[in-house]
Amino acid sequence: MSVINSAVPTPQGKRTFREWLLQPKVQKWLLIITFSILPLTLLVMFTFYPFGKMVEFSFYNMSYTKVRGFVGFKNYLDVFKKDELFATFSVSFYYMVGAVLQIAIALYFATILSFKTKGTAFYKGAMFFPFLINGIAIGFIFKFFYTRGYVLDTVLQAVGFELENLPYWLRDKSINNWSLVFTSLWKYMGQNMVLFSGAIMSVDPTLYEAAAIDGANKWHQFRYIILPSISTVLTLNVIMSITGSLSAFEPPYVITSMGGNGTATYFIQMHQTAHVQHKVGLACAMAVILTLIIVIATGIQKLAFKYTFRNATTESKG
Amino acid sequence: MGVERTFKDYVIKFFKHITLIFASAVCLLPLVSCVFAAFKTAEEFSVTSKITPPQDWTHFDNFISFWNDSGILQGFLTSVSVMIITICISVMMGSMLAYVLDRFTFPGNGLIRGAFLLASLVPGLAMQVTIYKMMVNMNLVDTMHGYIILMAGTDVISIYILLQYFENLPRALDESAIIEGCTYYGVFFKILMPLLRPAMVTCMILKGVGIYNEYYNANLYLQSKAKFKTVSTALYTYMGPTKSQYEIISAGVLICILPILIIFLLFQKQIYNGMTNGAVKG
Repeated sequence: MSVINSAVPTPQGKRTFREWLLQPKVQKWLLIITFSILPLTLLVMFTFYPFGKMVEFSFYNMSYTKVRGFVGFKNYLDVFKKDELFATFSVSFYYMVGAVLQIAIALYFATILSFKTKGTAFYKGAMFFPFLINGIAIGFIFKFFYTRGYVLDTVLQAVGFELENLPYWLRDKSINNWSLVFTSLWKYMGQNMVLFSGAIMSVDPTLYEAAAIDGANKWHQFRYIILPSISTVLTLNVIMSITGSLSAFEPPYVITSMGGNGTATYFIQMHQTAHVQHKVGLACAMAVILTLIIVIATGIQKLAFKYTFRNATTESKG
Repeated sequence: MGVERTFKDYVIKFFKHITLIFASAVCLLPLVSCVFAAFKTAEEFSVTSKITPPQDWTHFDNFISFWNDSGILQGFLTSVSVMIITICISVMMGSMLAYVLDRFTFPGNGLIRGAFLLASLVPGLAMQVTIYKMMVNMNLVDTMHGYIILMAGTDVISIYILLQYFENLPRALDESAIIEGCTYYGVFFKILMPLLRPAMVTCMILKGVGIYNEYYNANLYLQSKAKFKTVSTALYTYMGPTKSQYEIISAGVLICILPILIIFLLFQKQIYNGMTNGAVKG
């Protein structure tokens, strides 16, 4: 570059703007700024700024258009006092149980599909594909599936149940949350399975051989080779499931039209509070509580898994 | 342990296959029953069992009637155009940021990574309340560009996928290009971008499927349903209290699923790999 610039007459000792610009250090910073400014702006604009605002709004009694004054922690207390809000936590509990089942089933199938099995691609595809389906479509599919005398009832009748003994899957309060949890399990199990099997496949195959020589059976292989090597993904999935079960929203939103018949999850209730009742302050308090629970749950889980796998992770992580 | 298969081995194998077949059947049954329903006439649908195949597999009336009444064509056009614009913006931004974070050490690098990790912990939907108010203030509600900006917002999964891919591209590539007189921009656009293509395809598919299936924001931010119809909102119009005509709805569901099924069958490998890469890092 000095060859080009020496042709330009400049005062001694002073660098031209072009020269200054072409310095590696300036180039580096220019690149860093130009390449990261947009994503960071969006991150701040759509995550951190709204988060800050959310915390602020949670202390006010306000709607979208009007602020009616500072109320301190009243909104937070209301979340725990109002029965219809607090009750939604128990609905989330169904989804949490579902999430645990989902992970266990996903782990089972990921493990058996990672050993040579005929038709792996088909099984994997069949179990994973629901994850890619439009939530509204899933809503319709399961409305149809659960309607009295339709798909599920027909299948159950075929294996010997009497229609009169079967519940109304979406109306009966003792069963409808389980019905919805099943749709969520149906959608996400395959995704978990793919994540687990990806991690299992990255296990060094010689480990199995070595284990076989030492006389390890399939269970030992699972417990001492597979499980430790997927601990990261497993932790992540458990966290995601907890987050997911608290913010579950699509099944009740679509299938039982906004959580009718006692199927409203915490998130549905929050949506209603904000967009139907226009109690923005209260809805923000609910959102802050949700975030806190998730952060705490994440922390506990990270610690728990660190503790559980403290001996096993060193050699398999690589 | 002998090489010969014992009785126990056979039992295990049998159990394994039974569970696999059962799980696949459970996953496919709801879909298959929709396929059956979609090809039945209204009368056939009401009298036959919901798990018997239709008499006539060439009965396309339900598909035609859904196609004509739902405005799904407009939905496809809107969803696909939003998808293309957002995918371009977000994958481009994601790879640029990943390049900066992976190739340069500078004060703030760790901070940015931390910020994205933190952002992934906060449930996106929880902030809808404030984001909505913000969008109202900026006059972005009920506009297409507002929806696009919102959807393009950097997503953490793509950044992780791209970051991981960058780590596997040798730095010697950059260095030799710099020695040849290439600028950092040149390195990114001329040398790394072409190599990044597989990771970008993965991100595009994952993001694309997400946008194609998106309902919550489309419903909230594109309020003039007649003007802005996405695939999901077009399908949702059939969610009424009126007596549902499941044979037509099933046809609609299948029309909406078909493009995704094709993408899935074509790009299975990229989808599986992308999901795994994005998650292992997180």
